[in-house]
Amino acid sequence: MAALINVPAKAKRGEIIEIRTLTSHIMETGFRHTAAGALVPRDIITSFTCRYNGTEIFRADLFPAIAANPYLSFFTVAKDSGKFEFEWIGDNGYSSTASVSILVE
Amino acid sequence: MRFWRAIAVALTATVPALLAGEIPPEARRSGYSFMGPDTRAMQDDDTSNPGMLFVLDGEALWGKKTGRAQNSCADCHGDARGSMKGVAARYPAFDKALGRPVTLDQRINLCRSNHQQATPLPYESRDLLALSAFVAHQSRGVPITAGDDPQVRPFVDQGRDLFMQREGQLNLACSNCHDDNFDKRLAGAPITQGQPTGYPLYRLEWQTLGSLERRLRSCMTGVRAQAYDYGSPELVALELYLMSRARGLPMETPAVRP
Repeated sequence: MAALINVPAKAKRGEIIEIRTLTSHIMETGFRHTAAGALVPRDIITSFTCRYNGTEIFRADLFPAIAANPYLSFFTVAKDSGKFEFEWIGDNGYSSTASVSILVE
Repeated sequence: MRFWRAIAVALTATVPALLAGEIPPEARRSGYSFMGPDTRAMQDDDTSNPGMLFVLDGEALWGKKTGRAQNSCADCHGDARGSMKGVAARYPAFDKALGRPVTLDQRINLCRSNHQQATPLPYESRDLLALSAFVAHQSRGVPITAGDDPQVRPFVDQGRDLFMQREGQLNLACSNCHDDNFDKRLAGAPITQGQPTGYPLYRLEWQTLGSLERRLRSCMTGVRAQAYDYGSPELVALELYLMSRARGLPMETPAVRP
């Protein structure tokens, strides 16, 4: 699924940087019913992780009360040039990944 | 109050073309100006604007070959950044073959059936919204000029009549709120001028992108009227009138609204 990631392309070593992620997902709560009364099954993202050059730096568990197309923002310290890898895992075997490079000087 | 009403009545009596309550061009304001700072920030930053997810999907669809003709949109129209710039600002536009105006969604579906020999996409389907968001996004910042074509004039007038027409159990016309009472509040929410500058737009209440037709239909349900069907001539005429009413305002697609 489409994802929008905002990581600065360049940063100074030791600088605190903000990472913003937005991904496409309906986040169906599992509490709603159709007009005919049938329960709409739950379909949400349950977990998000961010790895910085292979090391996990941020993880979040997501729950039914979170809006569609979840937006997450967090901070980290720019240590080395390399790659941020993002992974969203959810119901019905949902899995989506994205990655962004950063240049630390 | 009575004094102003008398002037308004006198004006409408003497100059029927100049309707009381219609918003003068210099006072036209996008729904953006009625929003709080958080929602504005969300729209302004392309990495926090959820509408951009649909634009990305639309970009992928633009280049995808489909239908029996195995044509992609890009095969005929090339790079949308150039070919589609300003197009959405002119829609709904007159279609010579049909002899009536068509919306951007309808144009995309006409292209699908005529040139790609593919099945039309259902209204409000993710793919149709994504494609029309991608096309309209190319017009971001372009001033709206829809309704300038003399051929669509009668349809603009039809749309204006519908806009002024009271309907539903609450017996309200669009103009009762959006011409006469904008800047006030309905329950907690600000009443806007109803300028359709950012469609298809991401509405936080919907938690998804939606078309102007969806927005119009939910207003009609709100006044407890029977909403017109998607793609009906009435909705197209209303959409056309609203776009011509927003003449000169810049396109914002994909906008974010509460």
